[in-house]
Amino acid sequence: MQANGTTPLVEMRDISIAFGGIKAVDGVSVDLRPGEVVGLLGHNGAGKSTLIKILSGAYRPDAGEIYVNGEKADIGTPRDAKRYGIETIYQTLALADNIDAAGNIFLGREVLTPYGTLDDATMEAETRKVMARLNPHFRRFKEPVKALSGGQRQSVAIARAIYFNARVLIMDEPTAALGPAETQQVADLVLQLKKEGIGIFLISHDIHDVFGLADRVSVMKNGRLVGSANVADVTQDEVLGMIILGKCPPGAVPGPGAS
Amino acid sequence: MTAPSATAAPSHGATSASFLSKLEIDVRMLGMLAALGVIWIGFDILSGGLFLTPRNLWNLSVQTASIAVMSTGMVLVIVTRNIDLSVGAILGVVGMIIGVLQVQWLPAWLGFEHWLTAPIAVVAAVLVGGAIGLFQGWLIAYLAIPSFIVTLGGLLIWRGAAWWVTTGQTVAPMDTRFKALGGGVEGALGATATWIIAAVACGLIVVALGLSRRRRVRFGFPVRPAWGDAVIAAFACGAVLIAAAIANAYPLPVGIARRWAEANGIAWPEGGLSIPHGIALPVLIAIIVGLGMTFLARRLRFGRYVFAIGGNPEAAELSGINTRWTLMKVFGLMGLLCGISACISTARLNAATNAAGSLDELYVIASAVIGGTSLAGGVGTIAGAMLGALVMQSLQSGMVLLGVDTPLQNIVVGAVLVLAVFVDGLYRRRIK
Repeated sequence: MQANGTTPLVEMRDISIAFGGIKAVDGVSVDLRPGEVVGLLGHNGAGKSTLIKILSGAYRPDAGEIYVNGEKADIGTPRDAKRYGIETIYQTLALADNIDAAGNIFLGREVLTPYGTLDDATMEAETRKVMARLNPHFRRFKEPVKALSGGQRQSVAIARAIYFNARVLIMDEPTAALGPAETQQVADLVLQLKKEGIGIFLISHDIHDVFGLADRVSVMKNGRLVGSANVADVTQDEVLGMIILGKCPPGAVPGPGAS
Repeated sequence: MTAPSATAAPSHGATSASFLSKLEIDVRMLGMLAALGVIWIGFDILSGGLFLTPRNLWNLSVQTASIAVMSTGMVLVIVTRNIDLSVGAILGVVGMIIGVLQVQWLPAWLGFEHWLTAPIAVVAAVLVGGAIGLFQGWLIAYLAIPSFIVTLGGLLIWRGAAWWVTTGQTVAPMDTRFKALGGGVEGALGATATWIIAAVACGLIVVALGLSRRRRVRFGFPVRPAWGDAVIAAFACGAVLIAAAIANAYPLPVGIARRWAEANGIAWPEGGLSIPHGIALPVLIAIIVGLGMTFLARRLRFGRYVFAIGGNPEAAELSGINTRWTLMKVFGLMGLLCGISACISTARLNAATNAAGSLDELYVIASAVIGGTSLAGGVGTIAGAMLGALVMQSLQSGMVLLGVDTPLQNIVVGAVLVLAVFVDGLYRRRIK
């Protein structure tokens, strides 16, 4: 579908997972190259979030393989995914509401003092640095994130994903809870990270969001891949047709789910 | 992401709220101390000055120790959105085991009153309690059986097991050195040791405040004003010294003082000899447990994970935290603390009975909840729970002092529990 021959950062091949006999994801293959933004589209319940949760280690697939930099990867837990440089910003943000920003950013990867105790001062200093880049007005470092606004919580979740030098970033509906100005900031951030060579999976049900940012789109319907296309080769209406009808247009490569 | 609300400037009004926030003092904790003060002064007036005497306060501190130790573990259990109904029963079975251990098994091997008897009994209590806790934690974390059910079953099982140890017979008396763990005359540390402990505590308070301040200054973080640190240090050290003075103002009974004087080769003077009790060993144990558990909860990764699990279990899991193992350890810790409490209450009673610790689970849970631990999970402090234990025990011994009948005591304690949670809910909703 495109000519560049670089090894994909991530390749998911024939991924399937079933919950109680219902195939949430059925034989889906997607890939992602360095500096590329791939939009993952589909209705609610199409299996997008389940697919990326497999990549981020929350679920283990029943079948299929994941390759990172061309090598087979075994991702069974979120910790494994992070070891491969795969970071996720979940739709729910997945923040522990009762803990402050630094505690959330470093959750599971705390900085320790030589005595094995939490090095809160260092973590707070690092948090101040990364938040200064993402949200310069952020001041509430000592409060539980429950007290923060939607945009502030979002920036804490993003900070957690980018602080640890992610190579693959999964953003699940990153702008669903944000106002127009904040949405624009997320868009700017996506473009900046892309420039740094990070590959981004952008999950959204808003086709306009995705068309503005993505290089390619993959569309899912009922757990199956309808098709993938370069954004330049298809129109928004054609992609809408893929999402709603499962109809694959001539500019796209059809998947097993195409009708 | 330029959130407008982020720049809300702190108000500079000279209100008491901003004074307290400058000191970074937990207002809730202050409220609890005020409530405790009201209870103490109220009972003192009603009892005609009997409540606020060194003797009563000393006994109160000893009576609180066992529940206070267990309440520190219950905080972590409840913070993870679980409950442990089996703590009283675990205390019972562990108490029976270490009772039989030092009355029947160890004397057969070491002889009576051997110096190793007490240490072995304590280690056994901690190991047995911890093992029971870990087992229940395994059922809860790895087999996904609700903690309410596992520990409700545990309540019956361990209480039954306590009976089986001796088929219901009470075991007594305990080893003399072991008895010191329960307070009483053997467990009173005396005036000199008490002042030394108080001085060390004051030193630690000042050093801890200084270190935390220095670290924040080094990173260029905002610090509380210097006078704020000074005020806190002064109040904390003052409280420690007053507590030490009260413990030292309670003299040993005359007969025991005379025996002590004879044993130490001191001539018994004409007017009698006033030998202070000093702080009681179980109280010192409870304070050390409280400090240790606070360290665990606030300064270690384990504590951070416990609170993260309580705040959002899914987020904790997605962060790569081994939530099951963490949960199992929380219950293991709870069992271990039951073992310590079993030592304290068995030693205090100078006997192991299969009914020891009955209803303790409810007092422990009530202490944690009165102390501000939220049953919804994610919120709670060790110090609050220990203060909660002190509030409960104050109510009970105050009513005993006034000659209130036991059924009425239970009614009052129950009503206070419900009222405390109601007031706490009001407070939380108001600050939100």
